[in-house]
Amino acid sequence: MSDSNVFPLGHPRPRKPAPPLLTAESLRYQRGGRELLAGVSFELPEKGITALLGPNGAGKSLTLRILMGLIPPDSGQVGFHSGFSGRIGMVFQQPVLLRRSVRANLDHALRIARIPRRDRTGMIAELLVMANLTHCAENAARSLSGGEQQRLAMARALVADPELLLLDEPTSSLDPAATAAFEDLTLEVAAKGAKIVLVTHDLHQARRLADDIIFLHRGRVYEHRTASAFFNAPESAEAKAYCTGTLLT
Amino acid sequence: MPLEGQIVEIVLLSLKVSLSAVVLSALVGIPLGALLAVGRFRGQSVLIVLVNASMGLPPVVVGLGLYLLFSRSGPLGVLQLLYTPAAMIIAQTILVTPIIASFSQQVFSDLHHEYDEMLRAMKASRWQTMATLIHDARHSLITALLAGLGRALSEIGAVMIVGGNIAHATRVMTTAIALETSKGNLYLAVTLGLILLALSGVINVVMILLRSRLERLAHV
Repeated sequence: MSDSNVFPLGHPRPRKPAPPLLTAESLRYQRGGRELLAGVSFELPEKGITALLGPNGAGKSLTLRILMGLIPPDSGQVGFHSGFSGRIGMVFQQPVLLRRSVRANLDHALRIARIPRRDRTGMIAELLVMANLTHCAENAARSLSGGEQQRLAMARALVADPELLLLDEPTSSLDPAATAAFEDLTLEVAAKGAKIVLVTHDLHQARRLADDIIFLHRGRVYEHRTASAFFNAPESAEAKAYCTGTLLT
Repeated sequence: MPLEGQIVEIVLLSLKVSLSAVVLSALVGIPLGALLAVGRFRGQSVLIVLVNASMGLPPVVVGLGLYLLFSRSGPLGVLQLLYTPAAMIIAQTILVTPIIASFSQQVFSDLHHEYDEMLRAMKASRWQTMATLIHDARHSLITALLAGLGRALSEIGAVMIVGGNIAHATRVMTTAIALETSKGNLYLAVTLGLILLALSGVINVVMILLRSRLERLAHV
């Protein structure tokens, strides 16, 4: 029997699930006799925002750094699907900005990405508009407010047109207005097709932004579910305790 | 030649030799400092120890080594550099380069510690990383240049040996002060000493002003 008989015209044909963007397999990382990652495995869907949740010391930021390639795991591996461009951007908890103007920070990132000089001016203008930083383009990057600095860090990460964008607690030191502005920018980037992995301690932020949640605790993945399923009824006792603020590290 | 003319000649030669040595040392020492801070290569630790140890090179030993190299029967005697300002510049460059390299390495190491993850996340190459560090640390490098210049201006042992303290040719402030003191001509010795101190002070002030200007431009 052919497929067309099983799913006659007019009925939704179940889609073959898209291959994951990346697969982390049994990531282990040990330092000072402590197992910081104890076999972390997950698959990241190709699109949308995935939030990495978990208490302090769960291994969230470490996992992000391994995905970025900044730290090699002791064992395990990260595999990307065959069509992955390799373009990854990262925004750190504390933005590290060069001792230059806002414009010069973006120009530097574009030069590192080997963008020709003739194309850079236009790209910088676009990035400034996207990050709402046009008004302070000539200001010292380090004189900006925390929110502006983090938006500049985001704009800089977007220079390479990342297919995968990693955000490590980007709003942890921002006020609500700056957090909202950063979240808007994040959603805009996700809407343009970039896959985003967000580490956050802010459960409300995870509810607002995330499509799926990976819950880590003591270096292990306890849950990986859609955000609505996770927040409506966390399966593990640890995730329940985390969501109610009673999980001890 | 009147005394004032002699003094001007000696001061100008001192400045020419020492500033040339500092410029040459900076051209070698700053990239070397960046390489030692950022690079990962075999023998790096040994090279760091060597550079740091070379900060304390005895000038007379450097002078003696160059004398043996540049003397008529030495391997580089054919260059006829002995008793020329060029030999004095080479001697001071050898003494100043480790100071600038070592100061620079410290500056670059601190900055690299701060920038490392950010630059690696941007996939910056080793050269791009070094260029970024040199650019962003340029105001801090003024201190390294000042330390080098202080060493060059106050140095006497090496320039005495390879320069020979020849009047109107290789006589600089430090060698002239030593000579005039030994001759009992304290007036000239003290005058040159005061000029040396004043010059050192003026150069320091100019460099500090330059540093604060660079810091403003660098948005520190």
